[in-house]
Amino acid sequence: MANQNGKESLQSKLEKNVFGLYLFMALAASLAGIVEIVPLFTHNDVVKDEVVLADGSTQSLLWQRGDKKLSDWKPGDGVRPNTALEVAGRDIYIREGCYLCHSQMIRPFRDEKERYGHFSLAVESKYDHPFQWGSKRTGPDLARLGGKYSDEWHILHMRHPQAVVPESVMPKYRFLDDAIVDGETIQAHMEGLRKVGVPYTDGDIAEAAGLLKGKTEMDAMVAYLQSLGNMIKFEDGVVYRE
Amino acid sequence: MSLTERYDLNVVKWFSIMSVVYLVVGTLVGVYIAAELAYPFLNDLGTDTPYLQFGRLRPLHTNAVIYAFGGSALMASAFYIVQRTNQTRLWSNKMAWFTFWGWNLIILSAVISFPLGITSGKEYAELEWPIDIAITLVWASYMYNFIMTIHIRNRDKVPHVYVANWFFMGMMVMVTYLHVVNSLAIPVGMFKSYSIFSGVQDAMIQWWWGHNAVGFFLTAGFLGMMYYFVPKQAQRPVYSYRLSVIHFWALMFGYVWLGAHHLQYTALPDWAGSLGATISLAMIIPSWGGAINGILTLSGAWDRLREDYILRFLIMSLAFYAMGTFEGPVMSAKTVNALSHYTDWTIGHVHSAALGWNVMVAAGALYHMIEKIYNVRMSQKLLAIHFWTHTIGTVVYIVAMWVSGIMQGLMWRAYDEYGTLAYTFAESVSAMHPYYVMRAAGGALVVLGAVVMLINVIITIRKSSQEQTSAQAATA
Repeated sequence: MANQNGKESLQSKLEKNVFGLYLFMALAASLAGIVEIVPLFTHNDVVKDEVVLADGSTQSLLWQRGDKKLSDWKPGDGVRPNTALEVAGRDIYIREGCYLCHSQMIRPFRDEKERYGHFSLAVESKYDHPFQWGSKRTGPDLARLGGKYSDEWHILHMRHPQAVVPESVMPKYRFLDDAIVDGETIQAHMEGLRKVGVPYTDGDIAEAAGLLKGKTEMDAMVAYLQSLGNMIKFEDGVVYRE
Repeated sequence: MSLTERYDLNVVKWFSIMSVVYLVVGTLVGVYIAAELAYPFLNDLGTDTPYLQFGRLRPLHTNAVIYAFGGSALMASAFYIVQRTNQTRLWSNKMAWFTFWGWNLIILSAVISFPLGITSGKEYAELEWPIDIAITLVWASYMYNFIMTIHIRNRDKVPHVYVANWFFMGMMVMVTYLHVVNSLAIPVGMFKSYSIFSGVQDAMIQWWWGHNAVGFFLTAGFLGMMYYFVPKQAQRPVYSYRLSVIHFWALMFGYVWLGAHHLQYTALPDWAGSLGATISLAMIIPSWGGAINGILTLSGAWDRLREDYILRFLIMSLAFYAMGTFEGPVMSAKTVNALSHYTDWTIGHVHSAALGWNVMVAAGALYHMIEKIYNVRMSQKLLAIHFWTHTIGTVVYIVAMWVSGIMQGLMWRAYDEYGTLAYTFAESVSAMHPYYVMRAAGGALVVLGAVVMLINVIITIRKSSQEQTSAQAATA
């Protein structure tokens, strides 16, 4: 097809040259990813890990570990890698597809604050490979579940959800009681997580198998659920997100 | 020379048949997990085993309908259209069979691995790393064969590549790119890996993938079907060439931005979500341009709709396409998204597009191809039954999800007169029950329609082979 000035249009040229067409398609489709995704890796503000407190001093949201062991961490000390038992629990959480019905991302609305707690920060899922924000709440959000109920409650609820919450449509996870978590694979899993950027020490990985000895999948699941959302101690008057 | 002698249509035939089979299987799993949400005992039927549970079957449902049914329909129609519009055989028939067996083995591996709990935990990309590598290879063979078939066409007879081919190619290019980046992971065992991305970056990449699985796999590719089969079935040229050029390039450039609208109000920086929503709104224009382009192709041939059920499938699909591409941008707007996100409204939106647009346009395409390949007119009665059960089932499904979704959103944010939350979460769950039953019923109608389609296809094949034997007998 020719333009008014008699020259062949670019569209017409591309329609005749399949490889040129391919190239232009790839270019057109690449731009959005470059604009939306690349800055998320290059800008430090995206995963903000430092806040200014009311008295003007800065505080890191990450756990300042030093030489300490993972077991020395206390709730509110800051974001840390999962312990070996929590990693095993998180693997089960993914295996069972929990993220398909439960989100882990509280939005900054009044009702969500009252129902679930403080809105989620990017830094809180810094070590989450893959992220578990979810997209659907067939069940409630779990981002700040840790410490909300006792371990016993969780065990009863996992075994038979309807016995604890009659309206629940959650499946029963009694089979987690009978399965023992594997200490050997957990070390490989933690090595893998270290490769993608989770700061485990050699000591963390070496002691992992021992820590898991005799633990059931139920123990691991409960440990993971109890770790959710209590890593940062939120204070009034601090800007956590612009 | 007949069509089957002139072109490589055996592989098209088998992809078409498998596509119909996977439609039955995929929607059946869907109805089962829908029923689980209404009647939780279906999760294990009292056996204390995990294999039938919602969390394990849901990825099987989504993968079966998107990649098994949708993928097979895309491969059947791409291999058909590329030969017909370029008037040449496939560049390599052998490679097309490699694509066929590869794709079906991947589907088989999904059927086995999902109930066993083998998953990477990324929505719509749950298959583990060895299967991801296989997908890359098979997809590359599909794309390479397609492009080379265009390349070897006789340029004197077919100088310009027809528009349907652009859409298929756009899908192939983008899906390769999305699949490779989103699946980057470190293996820690034969069946376990961890994404190299975490948290907010992983979320953005996941939805860049997720929305473009919709935008390219389920939209661009299926538009390729639309741009060939609507004009063919209506026996009219596409309404406007210019509109299809605009539709195509706007889609290629625009769709990719939309993923961020799945992450409104999350820990993703605000600018990204707003950018995603803005471009989502702008995308109404090319999407509706495309829908109008398809529907107006019927100008002067509207009377055909009265008796041609294949055409009805195709045109109804465009109505749903227009509706879905309007609803999506509305839901991406921040104020609406604040209510709709995390609710069943999303599920309703997805199914209005998947059942209304994808299944209907693919059904039209598959029926058309099977009639051509077997050279037999399909049972019009069964076509009519499929059309009506499917349409009614789809409408029942999406109405149920609209009501339950909006109700959930309103219940979660409702306050009583004392300024405290009016409902517990559990109350919102029990309020959903009637709608979950209704959704399962709508889904059951869709399965019924799919079964009717399979029966119709089998009858057609048998009729064709009977006619062949009697024709052979006559010549002998």
